[in-house]
Amino acid sequence: MVHGEVWTAKELFVYPNEYIYWTIQIVMYPFMTGLVAGAFVLSSLYHVFGVKQLKEIARFSLVFSFALLPVAMMPLLLHLQFPFRGIEVMMTPHFTSAIAAFGIVFTTYGMIVAAELWFVYRKYFVETALELRQLTGRSVTQQFRYVLYSVLTLGAWDISEQALEKDERAVKLLAGTGIPVACFLHGYAGFIFGSVKANALWMTPLMPVIFICSAVVSGIALCIVTYIATMEIRKALHAWKQKSSPALPLLDEMKSAELQVVTMTARYLVMFLILAITLELLDLIFRGYTAVKSWDILRSVIYGKDFVNIFVIQYGMGNLIPFFLLLLPRLTIRRAVAGTLLVLLGVFMMRWNVVIGGQAFSSSFSGFMHYHLPIWPDNLETFKEGLFGALLVAITPFVLFWGLNKVIPVFPVKDTH
Amino acid sequence: MISRRNFCKKAMLFIGGVAVPVAGLEIFNPQRLLAEKQDPAKVRWVFLVDTRKCVGCGFCVRACKLENEIPYDANVSRTWVERYVVTRDGKVHTDSPKAARDGFTTKAIDQAGKGMLEIRDEDITKAFFVPKLCNQCENPPCVQVCPVGATYQTPDGVVLVDRTWCIGCGYCVMGCPYGVRFFHPVYKAAEKCNFCYHRISKGMKSACVEACPFGARTIGNIKDPEDPVTRIIMTERVAVLKEEYGTKPQVFYLGMSKEVK
Ligand code: SF4
Ligand code: SF4
Repeated sequence: MVHGEVWTAKELFVYPNEYIYWTIQIVMYPFMTGLVAGAFVLSSLYHVFGVKQLKEIARFSLVFSFALLPVAMMPLLLHLQFPFRGIEVMMTPHFTSAIAAFGIVFTTYGMIVAAELWFVYRKYFVETALELRQLTGRSVTQQFRYVLYSVLTLGAWDISEQALEKDERAVKLLAGTGIPVACFLHGYAGFIFGSVKANALWMTPLMPVIFICSAVVSGIALCIVTYIATMEIRKALHAWKQKSSPALPLLDEMKSAELQVVTMTARYLVMFLILAITLELLDLIFRGYTAVKSWDILRSVIYGKDFVNIFVIQYGMGNLIPFFLLLLPRLTIRRAVAGTLLVLLGVFMMRWNVVIGGQAFSSSFSGFMHYHLPIWPDNLETFKEGLFGALLVAITPFVLFWGLNKVIPVFPVKDTH
Repeated sequence: MISRRNFCKKAMLFIGGVAVPVAGLEIFNPQRLLAEKQDPAKVRWVFLVDTRKCVGCGFCVRACKLENEIPYDANVSRTWVERYVVTRDGKVHTDSPKAARDGFTTKAIDQAGKGMLEIRDEDITKAFFVPKLCNQCENPPCVQVCPVGATYQTPDGVVLVDRTWCIGCGYCVMGCPYGVRFFHPVYKAAEKCNFCYHRISKGMKSACVEACPFGARTIGNIKDPEDPVTRIIMTERVAVLKEEYGTKPQVFYLGMSKEVK
């Protein structure tokens, strides 16, 4: 079988070599990259613009954005026919290609996030290492942690007032430079599609901007859900521990902080959501109004074949419903969860409709192609480009986040001691 | 104090000293040397398809598959032939079953998932065949988008793929407006027609040109005014496919019809 033949169904006249070549992994790719960029923008709102209410979620989203980083590359690697040659994009970049430029922007961005994280946590590294140094007769784990944290300090042991102040200034600077780079990063992901002139659906200069807006939306949404989820889990764990040792303090302040943070963040989410929808609708209206040659086939895809995906799931369930859920007064945690999950669904469907929808019609303009997502993998290819490959990509950041949280605690640890 | 005479002497020496290596840069410009040695602009391969002569036998498709080792039964092909049937109601029906490897064996139109469509002879107003292949564009988007430079253009205008360098991202497949690219079922790398570069660079004709019994396909050098292909392109009314994309295709068609997409 030829690559793509397993999951492509053709209808009417399609060129013999045309198949759905960009599958779910290429849907996951801008989706995950968007989450990275969005989470970072959220954290910068606090560090750069000093939105005080976001302090707690800012730290959280910074770590989360770091955990998401490696995952932005994963779908691309899973998609490549020669994953081991993937590094060649960095070694022999071909600068007229948007994908090659993406690699460079991505690395720059990764270094910025890593540096910012280091400055934020340097005090913690030093304190922990000093604490461990004082212990006599360290166990193996303690010795390991001691070495780890000593290395993480990178030899900068100074935690005097002035030094910490300098750290803070560095964080601010990095967060500031990080915002344009994050936007650029995702603008580039949009550019990868927007610059493909052979594809009538993708070919629009609005593509990068639309991608940036929905990226911020999805990143904020994911941070809210994960934030709520981790808080709930921590509360449950705490209550469970309390049962065995009633001496532990209650967790009242934890609960009240949560809703306030969520409400505040949700407001930013809605703001970016409005921007994203406006741009998408503008694009749609513009295409219909100018109705160039490709509009005939685009219309049949947008209003016919993909109607449910675009208007019911993406705009209806993914944009309209959460819009009300999040904006109606007296937001509750439960409603926030429902709203943000729907927002995530909406952004995912937007990526899906762009990537898969863009390949739904043939370049011959007289035939259609459908993508049947491989569910049960029966070989490596159907695994990589099917449901399980996508799930693998979706789960990884949470595993990484959990691991990172072991080294750099995202939440204040006082009460768990 | 430095005397005027001394200053002049030293200044001349300095300028002379600088001028020698600068002149060296000029003299040893390797690109110019190469350009003078073998003028890359002497050859530009072009293709001419006479759609009035094509009968849809598919000999070219078969020859290409065998010559270029594209698995015979795989549903991809470097070149293919399309059949157009225009009916009285103005509808255009197109197909290319198995890339027309075996020619067109039935009158019914293959509509893929929608099944076969029978058209009565008296409803047909016109019908014809159009061979397709890579256009070896002058401004190839496939070369532009390849992130590692595995797709590149030779000085004589043919676009090639380096199988050992391609990472298999599929960006070039997406970038080509003509849908000629695919992944090789065995080598897994991006694949497409290359005008049989291994043959034409040795002075032979490409496999499909050789195989066409009706002379519908010809290949030539547009830089050579004596070339019969060049003469036709220069003097007759030829057309190219999808000109609006600005790719400047170098496959020219004689007797093109507006239905061709
Ligand atoms: S026809 Fe397609 S594959 Fe051939 S050179 Fe042009 S863009 Fe590239
Ligand atoms: S599939 Fe290969 S030739 Fe095509 S763009 Fe990707 S790396 Fe380049």
